[in-house]
Amino acid sequence: MQIIVAGNKKEVQDGLKLTELFVQEEVETPEYVTVSINEEFVPSERVKDTVLQEGDNVEFLYFMGGGSNGTDR
Amino acid sequence: MALTDDQMERYSRHIILKEVGAKGQKKLLDAKVLVIGAGGLGSPAAMYLAAAGVGTIGIADADEVDLSNLQRQIIHGTADLGKAKVKSAKETINAMNPDVTVHTYRQFVTSENILELIQDYDFIIDGTDNFPAKFLINDACVMAKKPFSHAGIIRFKGQLMTYVPGEGPCYRCIFKNPPPKDAVPTCKQAGVIGAMGGVIGSLQAMEAIKYILGVGKLLTGYLLTYDAIEQEFHKVKLPSHTENCAVCGDHPTITELIDYEQEVCTDGLK
Repeated sequence: MQIIVAGNKKEVQDGLKLTELFVQEEVETPEYVTVSINEEFVPSERVKDTVLQEGDNVEFLYFMGGGSNGTDR
Repeated sequence: MALTDDQMERYSRHIILKEVGAKGQKKLLDAKVLVIGAGGLGSPAAMYLAAAGVGTIGIADADEVDLSNLQRQIIHGTADLGKAKVKSAKETINAMNPDVTVHTYRQFVTSENILELIQDYDFIIDGTDNFPAKFLINDACVMAKKPFSHAGIIRFKGQLMTYVPGEGPCYRCIFKNPPPKDAVPTCKQAGVIGAMGGVIGSLQAMEAIKYILGVGKLLTGYLLTYDAIEQEFHKVKLPSHTENCAVCGDHPTITELIDYEQEVCTDGLK
């Protein structure tokens, strides 16, 4: 089946689990990545059981720091 | 007050734009923007705001200029080593544009001071490097109904989004809680390509300027990501309504500001 990952079309196996996509896409620290599917956030407790569907639009949103200290104590 | 001859000349490339004009330039001169963190993001952001004639710029940072900052924090120079970043930043801005009044706050933002810091400003730029600060700025801006630009940079990647009160999701809608300390890499551990601050910090300045002018589309409801290795920008559409967000949702459970750092250190907050 075809899905969209970060804006790019990908051919993946039918019934691919979200956790399997983490591995395929080499997602770093997936437990701290927010996932949206078809513009809806996947609640963290549902990540484990989420199975992808044909045409799903998947986005990975990563924590990014950077810049300068604001509260370093 | 009418623009002076010098101002007409200085801002001529703005004034000729139909979206700006003399009227828009006056809006910029009357505007107040607070930049929190005078580092990789805050340097270009503050400098473009200053050059654009944003009349009042606040700079908040408690640090001093360190040699390892200079690869990306372009508001500071070699002669500024050891100087307070806010002082160095103010000197650079003063040298760039005498139209700008610079207020400096040599302090880290905390739950105690942030509401007072942001209250007089029209727009806030988050140029901080750590998650306790990012969540604090988000929550304070949501509570005080202030628009702000979030950004982050790491390695060859960057991201930003804009929060406008009542319009679209806040930072906490995406990321519910800060990650435990050291769970995700920081610039110090992982590195960052210097020009990334220039790309993303300039985009933050662009968001502030567009907000002040009331021109075009802002990154509200979107997270813009940039990958320098692939040389690709990607605009991620975010859910429009997040009724269950702990701070900006319909029934907020976070009603007081949180200083996360201690909690992360003591009990490894998830």
